Amino acid sequence: MDGAGGENWPAAIHQVLARYRVTQVGYVPDAGHAALIRMVDADPSMQGVVLTTEEEGMALATGAWLGGGRGALLMQSSGVGNCINMLSLIKTCRVPFLTIVTMRGEWGEFNPWQIPMGNATEAALGLMDLQVLRAGTAAEVGPMVEGAARLAYDGGAGVAVLLSQWLIGAKEFSE
Amino acid sequence: MTPFGRRGAVARLLERRGDALVVTGLGTPTWDVAAAGDTDANFYLWGAMGAAAMVGLGLAMAQPNRRVVVVTGDGEMLMGLGSLATIAVAAPQNLVIAVLNNRLYGETGGQPSHADGVTDLVAVAQGAGIADARRIGSAEALEGLADEIGNPGRGPVFADIPVTDGGEARVLPSRDGPWLARRFRAGLALQN
Repeated sequence: MDGAGGENWPAAIHQVLARYRVTQVGYVPDAGHAALIRMVDADPSMQGVVLTTEEEGMALATGAWLGGGRGALLMQSSGVGNCINMLSLIKTCRVPFLTIVTMRGEWGEFNPWQIPMGNATEAALGLMDLQVLRAGTAAEVGPMVEGAARLAYDGGAGVAVLLSQWLIGAKEFSE
Repeated sequence: MTPFGRRGAVARLLERRGDALVVTGLGTPTWDVAAAGDTDANFYLWGAMGAAAMVGLGLAMAQPNRRVVVVTGDGEMLMGLGSLATIAVAAPQNLVIAVLNNRLYGETGGQPSHADGVTDLVAVAQGAGIADARRIGSAEALEGLADEIGNPGRGPVFADIPVTDGGEARVLPSRDGPWLARRFRAGLALQN
């Protein structure tokens, strides 16, 4: 099911990550992030790190920053629930942190198992004191991620940008 | 073999550390590393259980010319077993993960851990794809690992160090996260 996407919003995110000199991009493989993951892996200025679970991403970003690098995390909304205690690293040590979250469990969702965590994603991140932004259309993605990156890496904040399912397009399964 | 006394083992492990960067897992390994000598090249975790190896990975990738040593416990490592697979794929040559394995949860009442005769952490690390995964079974092997920390070779290395607790005093470093992190960065001449 096509949503509001269409423009090359993954490239817009990749350009922001490169411009902000992000060096380590952790990810748990996700269909919504597939194009961006390919761009990250093809870019010699940053290292993609495939994770077994999203919570590894906060620890990776903390280590990257301790060593003078910059970390970001790509994940799906269902992974946000895995991160809660690890987000204490970001808050307790005031680590600059940016995560880009593809949403499931909202517009066009066919899988009921995705809905509980999708509903709780924004509140869960907010409970752990991340700033949460949301992009609903492809044209919003570049400027939204740009501002989020500045907030994270210049402002020293923990920031999440949610990419709505309306933007990404709903996953289809044929019976 | 007889397990090592934990504090002496950590002191010997880090005795010739040179410019190695050290990340500790929460609990007793943090006290052990602080007892071996506090320095701005140490970053102590007081929480985020399961994070130590991954903080080490991020640091090792950001500082590829420095040896990075994670000193953690068996319980903390068990909470982050997946990170061994992540580290095997990323394959940082400068990373050493040293697990002080007392086979119990020392800070919570001494409950036996999964490593108490059941889970073999060396086999787990090998199975995750870390080819150089070893149990430190002698004083010579511990000295060898200490030499490798001072003279970076090829990694990643996973080392299970059998230890016992001997009622060592708690040596508590600062638990101020922003201060510890910014001290560490300042030690690398990074702007805070």
